[in-house]
Amino acid sequence: MRYYDTLIFEITKQGRVGHNLPKNQFPSVKLDASLLREQKAELPEVSELEVVRHYTNVSLKNFGIESGFYPLGSCTMKYNPKLNDELAGLPGFANVHPLQPNEVSQGFLEIYFDLARYLSELTGMDAYSLNTYAGAHGELAGLMIIKKYHELRNDSKRKLIIVPDSAHGTNPASATVCGFDVIEIKSHPDGTVNIDALKEVLNANVAGLMLTNPNTAGVFEKDIVEISKLVHEAGGLVYYDGANLNALLGVSRPGDMGFDITHLNLHKTFSTPHGGGGPGSGPVGVKAFLKEFLPGPVVEKTTSGFKFHQPETSIGALSAFYGNASVYLRAYVYIRTLGIENLKMIGKLATLNANYIKESLKDYYKLPIEGHAMHEFVFDGLIDQSTGVKTLDIAKRLLDYGMHAPTIYFPLIFSQSMMIEPTEAESKETLDKFIDALKSIAKEAIDDPENLKSAPHNTVVRRLDEAKAARNPIVAYKDIHKFI
Amino acid sequence: MHKYLPHTEGDIKQMLDAIGVGSLDELFEKIPKKLQYQGKYDVPNQLSDLEVTKLLNEIAANNKTLTIFRGYGAYDVYTPSIIKALTSRQEFITSYTPYQPEVSQGTLQYIFEYQSMICEITGMDVTNASMYDGPTATAEAILMAISHTGKKKIVYSSLIHPRTIEVVKTYGHYRDLDFVPLPEKDGLTDFSKLAELSKDSAAVLVQSPNVYGNIEHLNGISDTIHAEGSLFIMNTEITSLALFNTPGNLGADIACGDLQSLGVPLSFGGAYIGFLAAKTPLLRKMPGRICGITTDQDGKRAFVLTLQAREQHIRRAKANSNICSNQSLMALSVAIYLSSMGKEGFIDLARLSLDGAYYLEAELVKTGLFTKSNNQTHYKEFVLESKIDPKDFDTYLIEKGYLGPQYLGDGKYLFAVTEKRTKDEIDQFVKVVGEFK
Repeated sequence: MRYYDTLIFEITKQGRVGHNLPKNQFPSVKLDASLLREQKAELPEVSELEVVRHYTNVSLKNFGIESGFYPLGSCTMKYNPKLNDELAGLPGFANVHPLQPNEVSQGFLEIYFDLARYLSELTGMDAYSLNTYAGAHGELAGLMIIKKYHELRNDSKRKLIIVPDSAHGTNPASATVCGFDVIEIKSHPDGTVNIDALKEVLNANVAGLMLTNPNTAGVFEKDIVEISKLVHEAGGLVYYDGANLNALLGVSRPGDMGFDITHLNLHKTFSTPHGGGGPGSGPVGVKAFLKEFLPGPVVEKTTSGFKFHQPETSIGALSAFYGNASVYLRAYVYIRTLGIENLKMIGKLATLNANYIKESLKDYYKLPIEGHAMHEFVFDGLIDQSTGVKTLDIAKRLLDYGMHAPTIYFPLIFSQSMMIEPTEAESKETLDKFIDALKSIAKEAIDDPENLKSAPHNTVVRRLDEAKAARNPIVAYKDIHKFI
Repeated sequence: MHKYLPHTEGDIKQMLDAIGVGSLDELFEKIPKKLQYQGKYDVPNQLSDLEVTKLLNEIAANNKTLTIFRGYGAYDVYTPSIIKALTSRQEFITSYTPYQPEVSQGTLQYIFEYQSMICEITGMDVTNASMYDGPTATAEAILMAISHTGKKKIVYSSLIHPRTIEVVKTYGHYRDLDFVPLPEKDGLTDFSKLAELSKDSAAVLVQSPNVYGNIEHLNGISDTIHAEGSLFIMNTEITSLALFNTPGNLGADIACGDLQSLGVPLSFGGAYIGFLAAKTPLLRKMPGRICGITTDQDGKRAFVLTLQAREQHIRRAKANSNICSNQSLMALSVAIYLSSMGKEGFIDLARLSLDGAYYLEAELVKTGLFTKSNNQTHYKEFVLESKIDPKDFDTYLIEKGYLGPQYLGDGKYLFAVTEKRTKDEIDQFVKVVGEFK
């Protein structure tokens, strides 16, 4: 990577253009001055080559999956096939207006219909809506379904959502945005649900439970059937956070574990690009009894073709149109390219890779949870902590080795969490290099701890003064003169 | 195996040995047997790349490609080639949220540039690293307002796009919000009872250009709204701000809307991108990611996600929003697009849509099939009235290769013209419309 310290605004020169718009052949309309803006927006004035060169140089300051290993736990950074991108960009998809009548958008409706069907099969649910934009958006939809379900049964006192303390932060946030109160229950040391703690909070005010399985520590909830049963008996619904579905793909289905509602992260399990933080995609799936609550429209198949259908008791609209269609195309292509025979191997190989790393490093890094992990696992820092080297230092040093760091300080249940997730897409050779790097770092921690504490050394910038950015927030170029 | 799965049989065996188990299945001992799915998945077997490509081309052929005169929230726009070329660079498309800033300076820098451009165009002080789309951005604006004011009443113009208001009301329903509409008058929002209606409200929400494409008269309304202790939220079509007064200048506290018009392909409604911008006092109420500028330990200028304490991963159950990822790659696309258009091109672009729309309007009126429904200043979209049958008209135009106007009910037809529609296309379209019986 190389340091390129230029903003697009700093190469602007009056009179340069970077576009080639058509000539305006229409009569010029005169506008009422009181409606007009006073000053032009100060956008850059640059030639096309300058734009291309600038953003190419900007890109070189980034690490992507094709740059190297990216074991970011719970984010499932798998390879993003080129074929998916190419086919999603076909003009027959890119140029379709969302309000074209169903009769002339049958291609898209077919993709929606089939993708929803495949997702249902792979997760054991009965129906999906593809109208949500991201995992957190899918969670919100799921919670709205829970709320509306109870509302329509005139059970309005159910205002509590139970969330384990090991949950993703979006879980409690989504529950709050949906107007629920959150009860957090303490997990066992391995992050699994403490059934006694659960029983204590289950009562007639509980609307539902949110859970990911395997949990954020990479452990399968072996008592999941019992947990679902208890929540159901108390009158609540059980929500599956699909963030960790990759572990189970082809092995086990949340729909068979008692979950009533799921969201999936297509950008994790189905190889669609993360794009630096979006667009993601978070379809929401339900069991048959909740089908009519889904955010609409959903696609149905009729004798005269596919058409949109508005679920009868839908929670309402959650997007301008129908979610991120271009992301669905990528997920659809991925599923068709792998086919069921290979999809069935995903969970197995992802789990194999995770356990291989875990076993190879457990003499160097503290393993807080014994036994086989699923697709990801957590180390709680170095075994030898006498040198004062923290997880943050290890993560930063890995960057020097040309690898991305694991997720750090999450889950919150361990103080030095390093959550590692290799995915099925990585070869044994890549894993071996990563293992060697982490072994070297463990050795460096003893031989030269100061070198670790000041890492990274080989990146375009080094440790950042984050407090300064928060103390004196400069979030737009017009305020750059305030930058000291 | 498969090209996406690198494991040879030898690899699998060696790795199982290292772990100390005899088979892959042994890794799943913790999953009760009855939860290990033994059934048959109704999902097809693999296809070769050539077969997938053929299949997708066949499916795409079932979408009819039309010449588009419909907008209503999605616009047929020009996408410079460099956008796809640059946004598909792997360093951008295959990276994650910039949690390790030392190796994510690329993402962080373009977010900073994106934020800067959105602030310039809207006249606002701060914005975040993007939202899903216009309607959800508007819903987040409402959540900001209720958090800021502690009130639960939202006053909204009845000339907001119905889908936007639907999404806002969905979010609002689950938070027990009250919604009070402002009526319309002559194609614009009627603000005559604004002071009275906005009493005890958290926010007044207005869209300009409104659902008819008309530019609302917003000078002075912020004073009335602020006098009631309420926030002024303006939803707007981003390219209209090349010409028309900005939310910032009109005294809006929050501006929001969709950015699809900035070169993002139609793609059946997504992926699009929304924006949410605010005045400085609301900075800490902003949901989502915000990028700020700082220095590294050697004093070099660098970028970092900042003010994270507002967010779900710190505040959890106290968060104002559950937004986690945004539309980062789309934000990059917008930054590249706006850099290409530049200061003057952005205005030329808006003029093409505005002048083209006025031209089409005049020509359609000449056919005798349509009459003007009001005389307000409009941008890119406009409403004409007619007694023709909407379904027959739609079908007729599709057969001729056009996606015609959106029918709004009550004899109102909403047409759109973007920078992509040439004068020849418009003349040809008017001719075809004129031949409708």
